[in-house]
Amino acid sequence: MPRPPRHIVFAWLGLLALLAGNIGLAFAGLGSAAPLVHIAASVAMAAIVLVVFMELERGVSLLWVFAGAGFFWLAVLFVLTGIDYWTRYSFAPS
Amino acid sequence: MSVPVLEKQFVDLAHQSETAELGIWGFIATEVLFLGGLFAAYSVYRYLHPAGVAAAAAHTKIVIGSVNTAILLTSSFIMSWASLAASGGESRLAGRLMWIAAALGLTFIGLKGIEYAQEIGENLWPGAGFSLDTAEPKVGEVFYFLYWVMTGIHAAHLLVGVAALAIIGRRANSGAYSRAYHSPVRVVSLYWHFVDVVWIFLFVLIYLPGRSL
Amino acid sequence: MTVTTIGELPRQGEGDSYLTDGTTLGSWLLTHDHKRIAILYCLSITVFFFIGGAGAALIRLNLMTPQGTLFDAETYNRLFTLHGVVMVWLFLVPSIPTTFGNFLIPLMLGAKDLAFPRLNLLSWYLFATSGLIVLGGLIGGSVDTGWTFYEPLSSGYASGALVVVLFGIFVNGFSSILTGLNFVVSIHRLRAPGLTWYRLPIFCWSTYATSVILMLATPVLAVTLLLVIAEHLWGVGVFDPTHGGDPVLFQHMFWFYSHPAVYIMILPGMGVISEIIPAFARKTIFGYHFIAWSSIAIAVVGFFVWGHHMFVAGESIYSALVFSFLSFIVAVPSAIKVFNWLATLHKGSISFEAPMLYALGFILLFTIGGLTGLLLATLAFDVDVHDTYFVIAHFHYIMVGGMVSAYFAALHFWWPKVTGRLYPESWARFAAILIFFGFNLTFFPQFILGYLGMPRRYHAYPPEFQVWNVLSSAGASILAAAYLLPLFYLTWSLLRGERAPGNPWGATGLEWQTASPPPTDNFARTPVITRPPYDYPEPAA
Repeated sequence: MPRPPRHIVFAWLGLLALLAGNIGLAFAGLGSAAPLVHIAASVAMAAIVLVVFMELERGVSLLWVFAGAGFFWLAVLFVLTGIDYWTRYSFAPS
Repeated sequence: MSVPVLEKQFVDLAHQSETAELGIWGFIATEVLFLGGLFAAYSVYRYLHPAGVAAAAAHTKIVIGSVNTAILLTSSFIMSWASLAASGGESRLAGRLMWIAAALGLTFIGLKGIEYAQEIGENLWPGAGFSLDTAEPKVGEVFYFLYWVMTGIHAAHLLVGVAALAIIGRRANSGAYSRAYHSPVRVVSLYWHFVDVVWIFLFVLIYLPGRSL
Repeated sequence: MTVTTIGELPRQGEGDSYLTDGTTLGSWLLTHDHKRIAILYCLSITVFFFIGGAGAALIRLNLMTPQGTLFDAETYNRLFTLHGVVMVWLFLVPSIPTTFGNFLIPLMLGAKDLAFPRLNLLSWYLFATSGLIVLGGLIGGSVDTGWTFYEPLSSGYASGALVVVLFGIFVNGFSSILTGLNFVVSIHRLRAPGLTWYRLPIFCWSTYATSVILMLATPVLAVTLLLVIAEHLWGVGVFDPTHGGDPVLFQHMFWFYSHPAVYIMILPGMGVISEIIPAFARKTIFGYHFIAWSSIAIAVVGFFVWGHHMFVAGESIYSALVFSFLSFIVAVPSAIKVFNWLATLHKGSISFEAPMLYALGFILLFTIGGLTGLLLATLAFDVDVHDTYFVIAHFHYIMVGGMVSAYFAALHFWWPKVTGRLYPESWARFAAILIFFGFNLTFFPQFILGYLGMPRRYHAYPPEFQVWNVLSSAGASILAAAYLLPLFYLTWSLLRGERAPGNPWGATGLEWQTASPPPTDNFARTPVITRPPYDYPEPAA
């Protein structure tokens, strides 16, 4: 019976633990902080998948650039769109 | 057993494999923007209507959603094992593991189908027949519009992944891959994990809002 | 079945060229050769260019009279929609990358093909299919939203044929994405021995920058259009205000693609100009590093400025300020390029063959287009001229004066390499000069019209605007005739033109070191690069 490498077993268990934590926190009544907490946990989960399962840990720096580019440009979309919605309603001229 | 073919534009097989891997990472970057665009639309809508979205999201099926998330995370773990096995030269082990991962993917789709059927039964399909018992049913309808679009696109990606795993898994089962040549396994593996990452965020956006109202 | 369409082909003692390596229809439609795929693209976009051009001609014809007697408002709206959609997605975006990018990138890298040849062929099929779908929807249905598909015009008020057009553009997007991916990966991985990044021709840098935009902006357009399609199917959506959606969100997501897409439509042209200027000034390019990195800077900063399309759309004033400021920053790398081209020309031994005429025209017209862009980035001024002919004139100076000029420059410069034939120089110079004058006569009056307040997208206008409109239409007829000229003399060249040597211009690029037309595998042996690019001999003092 072949056995899986230990580091990916740990990663898998870590992912399941984060998932359970995220579900538990959803029922804990965190109020307005809830979305941020959930997103932070899922960013951690995504990071585990990217670094361990997708083997970025062993990848050359060019792969990090390629992987990072998508997320960087997505951040541009979120931030610059977000500035509009945030300032449109929170600082609306009276 | 298939013999790897060296295409003329490459120096050697290692060159060809590294290029294929760079290609799939580039493709993943484009997919981040494709699905991220949906997430941006969702985020703006939720920012504009926080209460209505939370109330609507509380009607999603969190048990099926949670089980499905665990299934996908497990399938990613299995796929990661398969990829490591292939690069260690254990082609047949990799093939069996890929089929397990594909089967987990199909299980996800099956459960998702049950979930969809329940939701259609509860009139959560947007359009004339839509009804939702919340304070802002109009907002709920747009939430479910996004829900169907986002999970539908994810499911389509997953089905492509299942097909790719089945094909490459079959080749691996016949011993096609070795320490020197296993880039197809690496490429489908990266795609499969990416589809998993998308779901990690979808789960949080769809199932978790409004649970402690 | 053997179909010989190209006439007699040069045999240079070193085997077949890519043109003679298989002459059946199947050998073209199933080819993996980047050079043949480039030809397939070239033929398709030429057809689309003339369809889009016909739309423009009808628009200008209608605007000859203030009453717009030729078409009613509805038909006129359909015409400018057809013109915009076809020109943007079926001509300008694919123009230089898919033709000259496809043909030249492997040659410039010293490679035998692109990294993913089958993907490249798939891109062309996706493109051709999308073209047919888009044209079917535009001509068969009544789509009148303009190329921007603004909500709620595109949801509640649009005909069902819009869904067909949107789906076509969605498919078109995947063609763009795969092409971009192919170029990026190829430039990273397929450079010949000794070909370091700073030995790459500028055309490779600008194609790389373009490809980054193709890869990272196009997916957002695809998903935005998908949401509009879904909105039509369900009658519910995030953009449609009658259902509680936010139409400004559509504009954000649309312009996140469509503003960077403006740079898709100019960066490749800048790359072409950077090849031509040194070749006809017989000098090494001035400020290589600055020109190279300014392409990357334009690609990156180009993503930060999209909100300047939305100053009057309901965007918050704070957000508008940020976007206005960021828009000015894009002018810096653009100006760096112009100044470096001028410095390259300085004290060069300049000769005025047709590609150089187009290149010089490009510099002037791009500068006018760019500087008026700065005016439009200014919040107060933009509010005044928003949606007027000033904007139309501005972006046509970039898209037509810039990109189409660059496309014709490239067509003439690399024509001998692609076809193995020389084109008739005097005819080509005549066409280049005619295009320059026709263009300016068409579009300069539109700056004045816009400044006087004539709005875009109206089929009729107050009589006091007629003088400028008639001038513009007169220019358009000259432009139309001038665009048809190359069709004739290049076809003549294909059949009767003089055989071209390997390097007719005495240029330095790697693509000139192989035969004209190149063999299927590009080079007899993989070249080894030991010298910097644009290695022209120092002019005698």
